[in-house]
Amino acid sequence: MQRIMKPLRETGIVGYGAYVPAFRLPAREISELWRAGQDIDYLPVPQKSVPGPDEDTVTMSIEAARNAIARAGLAPEKIRAVWVGSESHPYAVKPSGTIVAQVLNIVPEVLAADMEFACKAGTEAMQAAIAFVGSKMGDYALAIGMDTAQGRPGDALEYTAAAGGAAYLMGPAEEALAIIEGSYSYVTDTPDFFRRAYQKYPEHGNRFTGDPAYFDHLTKSITNLLEGLNLKPKDFSAAVFHQPNTKFPKRLAKMMGFSAEQIKQGLLSPRIGNTYAGASVVGLTNVLDKAQPGDRILIASFGSGAGSDAFSIRVTDKIRSAVNKAPLTEDYLNREIFIKYGTYARWRKKITLK
Amino acid sequence: MDIPRYWRLKNQRYLLEGRKCQACGELSFPPRLVCKKCKSRLSEPHRFIGRGTLYTFTTIYQTPDRFDAYSPYVVGLIDLEEGVRITAQLTDVRPEEVEIGMALEMVIRQIYADGDRGPILYGYKFRPILQK
Repeated sequence: MQRIMKPLRETGIVGYGAYVPAFRLPAREISELWRAGQDIDYLPVPQKSVPGPDEDTVTMSIEAARNAIARAGLAPEKIRAVWVGSESHPYAVKPSGTIVAQVLNIVPEVLAADMEFACKAGTEAMQAAIAFVGSKMGDYALAIGMDTAQGRPGDALEYTAAAGGAAYLMGPAEEALAIIEGSYSYVTDTPDFFRRAYQKYPEHGNRFTGDPAYFDHLTKSITNLLEGLNLKPKDFSAAVFHQPNTKFPKRLAKMMGFSAEQIKQGLLSPRIGNTYAGASVVGLTNVLDKAQPGDRILIASFGSGAGSDAFSIRVTDKIRSAVNKAPLTEDYLNREIFIKYGTYARWRKKITLK
Repeated sequence: MDIPRYWRLKNQRYLLEGRKCQACGELSFPPRLVCKKCKSRLSEPHRFIGRGTLYTFTTIYQTPDRFDAYSPYVVGLIDLEEGVRITAQLTDVRPEEVEIGMALEMVIRQIYADGDRGPILYGYKFRPILQK
């Protein structure tokens, strides 16, 4: 085991913000169209979020980041890095980060780039932002995990591939609403899920995505983090895991010794599906919305390909004044406009005319 | 492709940036070079907050080609809090649920994508204020 990752300067979250689109597709719509309802009793999630026809990773990142900056009460030009982690950047070549930085008035004296690591891109951006602030290259860095995930019509992933995510503004610990106690990353070459260049939809290894991918990487990153920090599951008030469905994070919690109560607030997949690079990070926003000073929270992502980042964070008393400076995650979760499969297929450009 | 114009108008479209007359304080959006009230040519940038109420609206079903993907959509005349009336698309709302007088807030959305190969244009639209 390597030592726990921790920057020289103590670093924390000075602002956070969520975004989930308004539209929802019930899973039964997919089941009835593609399976004649045969699987209606064991759907992976009851419903998923769908981006509106004018939404993409850039527009969603802007709103989440705006919420994060509002919670921090920070002048945007003080931010020195903007990193957007996603597997659904609107451009193949042209950074999403520059558009986000321009709209939020963070430009021009700033780093900006995009990250890609399937569902781990958001926490990868967080790691980079922690290192950037922790090394004093800059005082504030914005890390975003956001996706409008693609699911092939009729494929198992179509039930869950959803849209949403969160932004985290990292800064010095003395200004933070939650301090990073340490992190641990674990990566191997495991081709459980991928999308080749120019392909519209990803491919996956069906059951191979479970034990050798999700469970193996997450158990390793979490076990090492806990061991390195000399902590036990009972030391955490809440835990948030990557949530490709409802079943996997619940099984993982049981394997690792976390209770149903500990994962309850961070488990949003039953309401919005799998938001890929946004999944674990948007779960954490809901936990922070309800957190108390002194709470210790575990967040562990998983990205196919494959890897996991696990973080231990400690909430400070600054959480009290920060929470209500921006919309709560619940405000976005409660905004539900249900759509039919036909509307979803049109908006997500699943109907090809040429 | 209309890249120079898209680039030139980015503050207007991203930040809702208009002008404030330095002689009489009159606000304008879209930005005017000459004040419509006092005819002064002296003005400075002014960023609108992005909240307002719907004055009136229409629903577009037969759209220009580049807006096809978004139809039907609602275009509204919006009275901003600062007292300026602007035109903008509404979003995140079904056309049948739009009501005159409803409270709106600005969001940044795709305006259109310039074909399959051109740039994606982003800019302001308005949605019903997020319920808390």
